[in-house]
Amino acid sequence: MAEPMIRAEAVHKRYGLLEVLKGITLEVAPREVMCLLGPSGSGKSTFLRCINHLEKINSGRLYVDGSLVGYEERGGRLHELREREVCRRRTEIGMVFQRFNLFPHMTAIENVVIAPVLVKKEAKAVATTRARALLDRVGLSSKIDAYPNQLSGGQQQRVAIARALAMQPKLMLFDEPTSALDPELVGEVLDVMRALAEEGMTMIVVTHEIGFAREVGDTLVFIDEGVVVEAGVPREVIANPQHERTKAFLSKVF
Amino acid sequence: MTINSVEGHRPEEIRAVPLRHPGRWVATAVLLVLAAMLVHDIVTNPRFGWGVVGNYFFATPVVDGVEKTLELTFVAMAVGVVLGVLFAVMRLSPNPILSGAAWLYIWFFRGTPVYVQLLFWYVIAVLQPTISLGIPFGPEFVHMSANSIVTPFVAALLGLGLNEGAYYAEIVRAGILSVDHGQFEAAQSLGMRRTPLMRRIVLPQAMRVIVPPTGNETISMLKTTSLAVVVTYPELLYQTENIAARTYETIPLYIMASFWYLLMTTVLTMGQYYVERYYARGTSYALPPTPIQRIRRNLTTLRRVPFSPGGLGGS
Repeated sequence: MAEPMIRAEAVHKRYGLLEVLKGITLEVAPREVMCLLGPSGSGKSTFLRCINHLEKINSGRLYVDGSLVGYEERGGRLHELREREVCRRRTEIGMVFQRFNLFPHMTAIENVVIAPVLVKKEAKAVATTRARALLDRVGLSSKIDAYPNQLSGGQQQRVAIARALAMQPKLMLFDEPTSALDPELVGEVLDVMRALAEEGMTMIVVTHEIGFAREVGDTLVFIDEGVVVEAGVPREVIANPQHERTKAFLSKVF
Repeated sequence: MTINSVEGHRPEEIRAVPLRHPGRWVATAVLLVLAAMLVHDIVTNPRFGWGVVGNYFFATPVVDGVEKTLELTFVAMAVGVVLGVLFAVMRLSPNPILSGAAWLYIWFFRGTPVYVQLLFWYVIAVLQPTISLGIPFGPEFVHMSANSIVTPFVAALLGLGLNEGAYYAEIVRAGILSVDHGQFEAAQSLGMRRTPLMRRIVLPQAMRVIVPPTGNETISMLKTTSLAVVVTYPELLYQTENIAARTYETIPLYIMASFWYLLMTTVLTMGQYYVERYYARGTSYALPPTPIQRIRRNLTTLRRVPFSPGGLGGS
């Protein structure tokens, strides 16, 4: 089997005395779509943020595409990576946030263009052409000059997805991408994500959208209190959960 | 509950008797009497010396002083802004030495009166008669006398600029802290490093919080330049006092200087309004109209519809 895109081995994360992740072990294959499910405070968002080193893990090992996240192993010891290297690796991982986090002082297209130009030193014309194509792909070609506050939540989130894709990442992280949206706007964002999955993007999606997990996800991982409680094919886990906690959670979400 | 959605029928417009406000009329009368007394005194009291105010208003040394005041204001503000941004970013740096140094600077320059700082710069030659460039504790290459470097202008600039830098650092820091944490995370997740992240993402958004106090600080600086009298820098107040020392027409001359300061701060206030509008982009759906737009619209609407109920919207 090919090298997994993500390999987590007993990942632990503490905030002071509060242990949020208590040993997460999982693998995500290239082109796989993994959905993380669990009650709030279970640590699923924290795990996502560890993958691109927005949070440092306290113990365990976390690899993205074969290389350790945030560290380098030399002479049997871990060495912290320089900012330059941490940032370079982040360019390969796209992230989409619950609250969109678009840059409010820039138009939609400027939001999509800025990172390739600033970080990857791409020519502005090249980046702009790709940005137009991306905004077209998420169905927003008529909104390229709109500021974020002139867009609906669903439109903002689609711009945010285009912004992440502009860096041509090999992995996309979605942190509850539809939780801040009005119910009628959820569909348009999920459609974009579904199309992305069909094109073969490796994705980890923290979500409460059971329907999306069942139809688009290759694996479903249920996390509670910082540990993986149950994992498997979404359809099977949802239809026939093995653990009491998974059962209790799913019965409340439905 | 019945829901009746018959269209077309609309009850007649309400025309109620407006509420009376006798208190307002009393207050207006009292204020008018007080204003009349004040104006009467200002006009008839010869000690105001309005003629003198008029005579000196455009006198060469006065206009010269106004120019120097403006020059010092803008250069000292520029120094303050540059230092302020630098020390604010240092203060928020993860490097403890940098943030400690910034803290120390702010502590010192904010903690001593600007008047005393100016005095110190004025007498710096007593403390350091020569200033030299060279290797620290090693050989020195260039020697200069402090008096030739620290002219009255430089003394005023250092005193006001360094002091402003300390205040401005806190304003910028507040601006940076006002930016949503999600913005940092979004920029980081795109692989941006600290410097471009600050410059392109955080500071432009912090500007909305930074600009209003900047206008305030500029206006304050314009007035504080009058303290440069103590370093014998020939700005407006220095020139005014110079003339007063010759002619003994102290009060009219101070009135004249006050008018100049008011005039300059008024212009700055108007400038501030437009700068704030610029940095409000992307934060409100429609920018409020400028005063000129508002006057124009009021004139046209007044002509067309003299009274429109609920016609306050649209701004």
